[in-house]
Amino acid sequence: MNWFTKTFTSSIGRKIIMSLTGLFLCTFLVVHLIGNFQLFKNDDGVAFNVYSHFMGHNPIIRTIEWGLVLGFGFHIYEALMLTIRNKGARAHKYDQWEAKQNSEWTSRNMGILGSIILVFLIVHLYNFFWRARFGSPDPDINHNDNLYKVVVTSFHQLWYVILYVAAQASLGYHLWHGFRSGFQTLGLNHRKYMPLIKNFGYAFAVLVSAGFASMPLYFYLFTNEQGALKDGVAVTLQHLTLAFN
Amino acid sequence: MAGSASTTNTKPMNLKLRVWRQPNRQTEGRIVEYNVKDISPDMSFLEMLDVLNEDLLRAGTDPVAFDHDCREGICGSCDLFINGRSHGPEKGTTTCQLHMRKFSDGDTITIEPWRANAFPVNKDLSVDRSAFDRIIQAGGYVSVNTGGAPDGNEIPIPKEIADRAFEAATCIGCGACVAACKNASAMLFVSAKVSQLALLPQGKVEAQTRVENMVAQMDIEGFGACSNIGSCAAECPVGISLENIAILNREFLTAKAASNNLA
Repeated sequence: MNWFTKTFTSSIGRKIIMSLTGLFLCTFLVVHLIGNFQLFKNDDGVAFNVYSHFMGHNPIIRTIEWGLVLGFGFHIYEALMLTIRNKGARAHKYDQWEAKQNSEWTSRNMGILGSIILVFLIVHLYNFFWRARFGSPDPDINHNDNLYKVVVTSFHQLWYVILYVAAQASLGYHLWHGFRSGFQTLGLNHRKYMPLIKNFGYAFAVLVSAGFASMPLYFYLFTNEQGALKDGVAVTLQHLTLAFN
Repeated sequence: MAGSASTTNTKPMNLKLRVWRQPNRQTEGRIVEYNVKDISPDMSFLEMLDVLNEDLLRAGTDPVAFDHDCREGICGSCDLFINGRSHGPEKGTTTCQLHMRKFSDGDTITIEPWRANAFPVNKDLSVDRSAFDRIIQAGGYVSVNTGGAPDGNEIPIPKEIADRAFEAATCIGCGACVAACKNASAMLFVSAKVSQLALLPQGKVEAQTRVENMVAQMDIEGFGACSNIGSCAAECPVGISLENIAILNREFLTAKAASNNLA
């Protein structure tokens, strides 16, 4: 092995890859979340479908997509390698183990949380990405693939909504520890800035997971099967708008 | 303690102990239960074990082997995993400085050795921590030329840096961090040793080879990786902070990127 492979197969090296890919995936979450907010535009999905078409056909986005695949791939691979190493470091377990006295639950269960996210990811990719890329959804009024309809239909199935919300809760807990942990691993821990990084990470975890979870909940609770706001909700919204004006 | 609402105990107590007994490295051990009577709350945890051992000797059984030396909290020899935690329930304390007043009459106390593949059990509660020695041998030192002693203040060191180096240097190498870590990782120990020396001008000369060699040895010994959980720092009897692990990672990354070592 040369110095390069030695570096990245060492325990710290693997953690550095975990942190770099993890923080990269955080940037992906932000982009994905902001794009998806167009689902809330009560326009029968026109804006969302234009956006989806762009994301699925723009050559720059399609190239960056491979970076995303690699990001997920390395994050999962290194997690596996590290878990094997870590589990193997203590073959004989303790009879009594009070880890909850000295550490947070989320930080000790990143693997379980990550696995739930992985299961979700597979279902999610099959349902949306696979259909968008290789299926043929109905066209909308602009002749774009009507992915909005796929979203609305999916989010009117209760098991789907439960899976999504549960997965987002896992994501939230994963980020709760993962965000600041990524900085710590890269050595970016300074007594002046660490409180900021920590609190930003907590806010990031809550906002991102709540943002994503709001989508299935919104469609399941507030819209009809076509994605239009239910009458009662529309009226309430009108009242709210009037109240604010 | 009259009138105090303190939970600390003042009367002699009877306790049930669940102690890991293992005759040697090759033989599998098990937890054995013992009763100890009339334990003074002023005894240290190790003195309580001395009482147990005297009882065992009188009964003609093999006493419980455990590591200890100074019994003042400074040598890092004692190493018991008490009721699921390194050095027991009290924060910032070694086992020898843990006093029986922290327990109550009738308590059951589980006592286990440090558990890590890199720390094989010698006998009962005594573990082999020579893995730490080998990590230090790999680079945890500064090479000093022979000759006249240099003047004490010849090399200027800012007070803040000297303080931080000293904080790291307080590590007594007991291994509580490894014992408490769910990955049995030695990162807190290694980071304390690396940053202690890397912060000071005398240590900068060998900083790159030091961190590369110490981390390589740490991996060879079979310790786990760091998950930034923080249980190590929470259980450390001398309060080594996680900041040191960040310094270690920084040192490692820059050494790997910039050192002349191609191997």
